[in-house]
Amino acid sequence: MNEDHFSFSLDGVEVTATKGQTIIEACDAAGIYIPRLCYHPELEPAGHCRVCTCKIDGRRSSACTMPAAAGMVVESETPELTADRRMLIEMLFVEGNHVCPSCEKSGDCELQALGTRLGLAAPTQPYLLPQRELDASHPDIFIDRNRCVLCSRCIRASRMVDGKSVFALEGRGIHMRLAIDAKTLDETTIAAADKAAHVCPVGCIVIKRTGFKTPYGQRRFDQAPIGSDIEAKRHSFRQVK
Amino acid sequence: MAMTEQAPPAGVSQAAAIDAIVRAFGCDSTRLMDIAQEVHRRLGWLSDASIQAIAAGLGMHVVDVEDMVSFYAFLNRAPKGRFHIRLSKTPVSLMQGAAEVAQAFADATGSAIGATSPDGEFTVEWTSDIGMGDQEPSALINGTVVTALSPQDATAIVASLRHSQQANTLPLFPGAGVAVPQARVASSLRQPGPVLFRPDAPGDGLGAALELSPERVIETLTKARLRGRGGAGFPTGLKWKLCRQSISEAHHVVCNADEGEPGTFKDRVLLTEAPDLVFEGMTIAGHALGARHGLVYLRGEYAYLWQSLQEVLDRRRRSGLLGRDVGGRVGFDFDIRIQLGAGAYVCGEESSLIESLQGKRGAPRDRPPFPTDRGYLEQPTAVDNVETFACVSRIMQSGAEWFAGFGTHESTGTKLLSLSGDCPRPGVVEVPFGITINELLDLAGVPDAAFVQVGGPSGQCVGPKDYGRRIAYEDLSTGGSIMIFGPGRDVLDVIRQFTEFFADESCGWCTPCRVGTTLLKLNLDKILAERGTLADVKALEALGLTVTRMSRCGLGQTAANPILSTMRNFPQAYEARLRPEPYVPRLDLDEALAEATEIRRHPQAAGEERA
Repeated sequence: MNEDHFSFSLDGVEVTATKGQTIIEACDAAGIYIPRLCYHPELEPAGHCRVCTCKIDGRRSSACTMPAAAGMVVESETPELTADRRMLIEMLFVEGNHVCPSCEKSGDCELQALGTRLGLAAPTQPYLLPQRELDASHPDIFIDRNRCVLCSRCIRASRMVDGKSVFALEGRGIHMRLAIDAKTLDETTIAAADKAAHVCPVGCIVIKRTGFKTPYGQRRFDQAPIGSDIEAKRHSFRQVK
Repeated sequence: MAMTEQAPPAGVSQAAAIDAIVRAFGCDSTRLMDIAQEVHRRLGWLSDASIQAIAAGLGMHVVDVEDMVSFYAFLNRAPKGRFHIRLSKTPVSLMQGAAEVAQAFADATGSAIGATSPDGEFTVEWTSDIGMGDQEPSALINGTVVTALSPQDATAIVASLRHSQQANTLPLFPGAGVAVPQARVASSLRQPGPVLFRPDAPGDGLGAALELSPERVIETLTKARLRGRGGAGFPTGLKWKLCRQSISEAHHVVCNADEGEPGTFKDRVLLTEAPDLVFEGMTIAGHALGARHGLVYLRGEYAYLWQSLQEVLDRRRRSGLLGRDVGGRVGFDFDIRIQLGAGAYVCGEESSLIESLQGKRGAPRDRPPFPTDRGYLEQPTAVDNVETFACVSRIMQSGAEWFAGFGTHESTGTKLLSLSGDCPRPGVVEVPFGITINELLDLAGVPDAAFVQVGGPSGQCVGPKDYGRRIAYEDLSTGGSIMIFGPGRDVLDVIRQFTEFFADESCGWCTPCRVGTTLLKLNLDKILAERGTLADVKALEALGLTVTRMSRCGLGQTAANPILSTMRNFPQAYEARLRPEPYVPRLDLDEALAEATEIRRHPQAAGEERA
């Protein structure tokens, strides 16, 4: 251990980290899953969803934006934080119009999978039932804003990976919406191969003619709960040890 | 850029006019706020074509310009009336008849509230608190402030505006030369104190600071135990020390004059009565931090102060107190620019304010990095409240020990408080920290306050049993808002207003605040409608705590305070509205079916049914 390699604790487990890593990056590498939604390992963190909020040395902060530091004491899976995270997922469910049974993303949807993992049975909050727009203009990509959770993954991917800035936010507060750089998606420069078309955690931005191809029972989260891929790393470490 | 520029001459295309504006700001996308405001002033609103022209001029994507512009309440994306009337909606304004005034405006203009009159002359809308809590009901008419309105005034103002002989058919702005009756703001400094509004002639704070090394200036502030006057109370000396220590090409001094907390107007009074004190404090900060640039972020509601503040800055430049070799110190160059906001409460939060200063939507940043490391233009920045800078000047003039002699050990000096609501003489008082609510109510001449909102909606609602508590960082902290409510006022009606305010002003960036503030409102409404049960109250409390714990910035972290503090201090107000049943559905079946029932009664529908 030196200045560049250090350790901190998460729920009592010692996690090693390297300088420059955020808490979520260090934990992912160590095979410890912190629930998250807007975070994407290939994109700059944006801190929208707050699902990865942890208690860090007694203060709450998002694990995706907080740099890891030596000796930090981080709490993640406490009953209070789990309940708070479950409420955030519930908020996103009632904010939009999420109809899982008819959604092609069902079984592969991170919002749905987080609801399952965090124990969200049915919303207790009132549905806001907003009027949201669809955009089917593009030959290969379909947008259904009913399912948008305003995570900004597509915005970040388009700006930073694709170098295009096809997406942005518009408006503020509960009226905020996903905007595009033209009247309709087919007038933008987006292409089906773009990163921005493949990072949506829900069924808002989907590739046409790919829906419902995977049979029930074989979909991503039919196989294992969300986060299992990260946790599998830890088990393999253990076996090596 | 002058606010009084003439509209472009006829024949010059809008695109050319916009191009000229973009060039005037050096095609600098960090000046998008100024550019958008200038285009708005010239053309009345921001059309799709205008947005495209701005984007083209700045080499930005249209959607990125839209991202910023759509965030601010004062940047219209649709044409509005030639006179845009925005009425301040606060519990205090409503208590003093704002609803009747709004109706009078609606009647006189022929525009519904929230709409534009058919002749296109008037738009009448509500807006969040405009900082005139001492002279409500108040309104902005195209940026001109009108105060102490009665319904009769509304009628007279509309009649006068209707007959104003203006060739310009665009919305007008302050300084456009249209006389709006009742356009006045009373200063209403009610009680000067011994520090900020001291009666004796003060010394030269900047001169005294320049005698000291920057480190010594910061030590002096630390010794005075000065803490931020915006309400959070961060030690100013420590903030400046951290900022100074941050290695960078440039450092920045930012004055937070985005006084948006409902019920606060002390910065307005300070900027009216003693702007030199504020600018002097900023210049001292320039010396202490090694900064050459100072920025004042002035809330859009206070645009009427723009001209007078520019004159003060000009006078200071002429006197050698700004510009090159400030105060005769060779090599100390420092100047101040005023950035006007455009109607967003969240921009009072320092990281949102910095984003807004850079021409972006006012979304808060995650910390770390803190602004003292990476603030304005990603360079070290000290953001301090208007009143804090005034305190800095006084400390430099009269010394740290003198300053620390006022107030309490934890909270030194005096505090400007804005008194409003049910009190005979609303206005600003300067009192030493540590004053109790009881003493404050005596000072305000209020013998029978039912409850007092300390620190605005994000603060605490305090009842008589707590009137012995003190205004201080260690007890009841406040940026300066004190709203007083007399007997007969319903605490839950007030709390409903505050909860709606947060839902309106949430920036939307993070889930708990964006969705949570609206859910708080809906759940509170169920209780107010006497459809709530004990379980609903418990669920509302749990929701409030989640919003508090999980939100990204101070707005969301305090948005549930009105509900949570009244649940603690006024449980009987909730209990009085509860239903005894264990569960009452959110849905009122009769109400939900009302439309269907109505259709069924309709003869045609009934006929079709028979057929």
